[in-house]
Amino acid sequence: MTFRSAVITFPGSNCDRDMADALEKVSGTGPHRVWHGDADLPQNLDFIALPGGFSYGDYLRSGAMAARSPIMQSVIAAANRGVPVLGVCNGFQVLTESGLLPGALLRNAGMNFVCRDVALTVENTQSLFTGGYDAGQTILIPVAHHDGNYFADAETLDRLEGEGRVAFRYAEEVNGSARQIAGVLNAAGNVLGMMPHPERMIEAEQGGTDGRALFENAIKALASA
Amino acid sequence: MKVRVFVSLKNGVLDPQGRAIHHAIEGLGIHGVNDVRAGKMIELDVDDTVTDEQLETMCRQLLANMVIENYRIERLAA
Repeated sequence: MTFRSAVITFPGSNCDRDMADALEKVSGTGPHRVWHGDADLPQNLDFIALPGGFSYGDYLRSGAMAARSPIMQSVIAAANRGVPVLGVCNGFQVLTESGLLPGALLRNAGMNFVCRDVALTVENTQSLFTGGYDAGQTILIPVAHHDGNYFADAETLDRLEGEGRVAFRYAEEVNGSARQIAGVLNAAGNVLGMMPHPERMIEAEQGGTDGRALFENAIKALASA
Repeated sequence: MKVRVFVSLKNGVLDPQGRAIHHAIEGLGIHGVNDVRAGKMIELDVDDTVTDEQLETMCRQLLANMVIENYRIERLAA
């Protein structure tokens, strides 16, 4: 079975190539490259990735404009049909702005852009994206963001934790995120948003391979579905 | 008609930008400022056909993120 994936590029996306490269290296098949102004996604996609960057120059709020672009209406419809959607960094911001994930990403508490490898704790191992990791495993994945401070009200945070929807947590203080949350899943488990960049940890030359299991597990699970 | 939309962070949402501004004000040697919260103001020039309900929709669906922000609409006399 050929793995059919798509990477959405918005004006200002800058991690779309890295994401496409990761998907191609792990699955053996290059993704469709989809431009933000396209009205429709390719048919029968197995996987959609929203890459990092600064879509629309972060105007108004990070991810706010992208979330209302034509292609996102198709992505939202696909996500609601159960198509797996991974949003990394700006992609996570687009997912919260579009309402596919709860909460919001605020300016980092320390005001600084944070760009370094961070240790994450894997909290959920039941999802398509996280099933290749062990519960409590520590993985090293880089972050590069200014607005990564995850915020949601206490009730929402309790619900996310209670339903096992916190996928990853920072093992150290990074940006002021509520309960050190680095990545969250939607209720159905087919949408993951995370600030760290797993696509930047695919091959040893990148400094580590801890991101590879995320893509491998998703691709394996989809192939056997 | 000119319309101004003021968007501000909800109480309890950390505002590191406001905190940095506060710090800079203290750097000016001016004391007595107790707190600073930064927001944004968006000015729109709208036809009379634009309804109050449409303005509210703009604010709720785009101009403000209701998870973290509040908004206030101010209509200016032409």
